[in-house]
Amino acid sequence: MIPRYQVVLLSLLLLASVVMSVVLWQLRERAHQRLLVGQDSAPTQAPEVAPTVQATLVVASDSDNSLLAQVQTLPLPQDPGTRARIVLGKLMDIYAAPDAAHPVPGGASSVAQVFLLPVPNPASNEVADPKAAKPPSDQPRAADRTPATPASPGKNPEPASPQLAVVNLTSAFAASHPSGIETETLTLLSICATLHANLPRISQVRFLVDGQPRATLAGHADLTRSYLATEAVPRP
Amino acid sequence: MALDAAHGGDDLGGRLGDNQAEKDIALAFSMRLRSLLEARGIPVVSTRESDVTVEWNRRAEVANHANAQACLNLHASESGSGVHLFVSNMAPAEPMRFAAWKTAQAAWVTRSLALAGTLNSALLQAGMSVTLGRTALPVVDSMACPAVAVEIAPERDHDKKVTAQLDDPDYQARVAEALAAALLSWRSEGRQP
Repeated sequence: MIPRYQVVLLSLLLLASVVMSVVLWQLRERAHQRLLVGQDSAPTQAPEVAPTVQATLVVASDSDNSLLAQVQTLPLPQDPGTRARIVLGKLMDIYAAPDAAHPVPGGASSVAQVFLLPVPNPASNEVADPKAAKPPSDQPRAADRTPATPASPGKNPEPASPQLAVVNLTSAFAASHPSGIETETLTLLSICATLHANLPRISQVRFLVDGQPRATLAGHADLTRSYLATEAVPRP
Repeated sequence: MALDAAHGGDDLGGRLGDNQAEKDIALAFSMRLRSLLEARGIPVVSTRESDVTVEWNRRAEVANHANAQACLNLHASESGSGVHLFVSNMAPAEPMRFAAWKTAQAAWVTRSLALAGTLNSALLQAGMSVTLGRTALPVVDSMACPAVAVEIAPERDHDKKVTAQLDDPDYQARVAEALAAALLSWRSEGRQP
């Protein structure tokens, strides 16, 4: 006769075998599901290569306090915000080069984002910002110069209303920017002019640092105000 | 005349060279210019005469209460060369009895441009290289007087090699002499916006 303890032991081993079989089955199912999910997220379309287009970079020079327009061919996406960030990134790469005429460390990563918003109330800019509202009579307002953009096929028609660009800089960029009225002013004006040259609907520019308002760029140039995109006139 | 040596106290301003801060150069130059102006019989009000922190609004308050014929906001920088003269980039506005604090300079921009022209002529006559520009500076934008931000940079030759450093007493003296001469001539032109 089989002793009782052996019966109990055999039963426990049998139960353990069943439990382990169930666990193994579940693990197999989970692995299968993970495999299926991975297949779903695999790219089914080839990545889109942005077409190369001509972009105008308004580059500053410390030696004569000037802004000079340079035309470069860059691969740029259609999305205006992304396009603006990439163009500004290229501008910052020029400033970060060792022999730059306007040396500013940081490079393309200095511009975190560029947000494009409609100007809140173009007819009453004077109330919101008297400094930005009345350019000298010899400088046409950006809104007046905004071309009527024809609607692209397959896209919703967009009114050629002026836009406010909000440029979000990184705190590392602001911290490493050389301090001085001339150098800080040139950086801001070259950003404004570059944005307007490539996206003419941009009429005003505001700056944030790490998503927050900041008093000055590096101790001098005011970052709390809106800048007219046409404040700086580059040399042709 | 009102002289505003920028920065001071905890606000070092820009780092100039190894161990110099913009606040020290600005203060030294302000004291030098003040001496020259007072020697010419021109009363001067300074926003600071030592290494102390002065708030932006306080600086404009001092200048505005002085009813100054000219207000100079003094800075120093290692970038560029010669003397940089900056006027507020606000559009000119009609003088009003009560001006908004942050845009008080708008009524004086035309006179500020004229003052910058006078300073530019004197500096050029003294053989300095001068850069003129417009900018947005919180202190200057709140000043109700002809106001110019003067930023002194090292003197450089055509090859961009430094020929006079910012802390060079002779260089500071030449710039201060030219500015003092310009302000003496400006004094006769009155204060109205």
